[in-house]
Amino acid sequence: MTTTPTIPAEQPAATRRAGTGTTATRVLGIAMVVTMGWLVAFGLGFSPADRDQEDAVRILYVHVPTAWVAYLAFIVTAVGSAMYLFGKKHSLGFDRFAGASAEIGVVFMALTLVSGMLWGKLTWGVYWQWDARLTTTALLFVSYIGYLAVRGLGGSHQQRAKRSAVVGLLVVLEIPLVHFSVKMWRSLHQDASVLDSEGDVSMDGLMLFSLFVGVVAFTLWYAWILLHRTRVMAMEDMLDDHGLDRALDARRAEAEEQS
Amino acid sequence: MLGILALQDAGFILGGYAITFAAIGTYTWRVMSNGRKLAEQIDDSDKYWT
Repeated sequence: MTTTPTIPAEQPAATRRAGTGTTATRVLGIAMVVTMGWLVAFGLGFSPADRDQEDAVRILYVHVPTAWVAYLAFIVTAVGSAMYLFGKKHSLGFDRFAGASAEIGVVFMALTLVSGMLWGKLTWGVYWQWDARLTTTALLFVSYIGYLAVRGLGGSHQQRAKRSAVVGLLVVLEIPLVHFSVKMWRSLHQDASVLDSEGDVSMDGLMLFSLFVGVVAFTLWYAWILLHRTRVMAMEDMLDDHGLDRALDARRAEAEEQS
Repeated sequence: MLGILALQDAGFILGGYAITFAAIGTYTWRVMSNGRKLAEQIDDSDKYWT
């Protein structure tokens, strides 16, 4: 729909709230900005260079957290999809939550791929290899672009919700494939960054802390923008419904005039 | 601060951070400005978060 009709006003426009913010999102936003600052300070400054990778290891502090948030976002999409599909009320709120989370997950997955390519150039000498981890990650990224495309198809909100919930529950099954690809196939990509094969923490304390700050910062950003994006989607749906109501009214009036 | 520029392969490392922050900044700006535009057209009583 190209136009966004205005819902007839009972409240003067000037007195309406200006956005999607609440006290909770503001608190979350401040915490996110502070931890982002810490991430830059620890990631680029305080954490030491690695014995083997030297300063290239600093990309880890954005690469791993963006991958973690992408996984989290896609799992939340699957949970929202299941809640919509199997819930008694088939609430569109769950569908919007799932859709917003998938959109954010796609942004993070793209960032994982880009930061991974830069890191790959420094450590492997090439930006891209058709390696098991890289290929399955690219496949996961394309699958969720497909999920967003399915959401964009025409039809009612309930139709959109039903078909995208089915896709959301199917594509999430790729996540274990991506995660365990480094174990299932011979891979250029390193094993898990934090735990070694025996389940012990194998990272230097300050490196581990920097990684932890990165994970917290991006998770806070995810939670914060997810709330805003879900609210924006609710308003888009509201205006969409109203546009449809207006078109139906116009048709009825036209039919009455002709009869 | 200038110490950052002395990192080995600073272009790749800073580029990775810059791309990440630029992307999430752009996405944030898009969501927030869209939210402001739409919120002007809808009564507060219809916004479940108010």
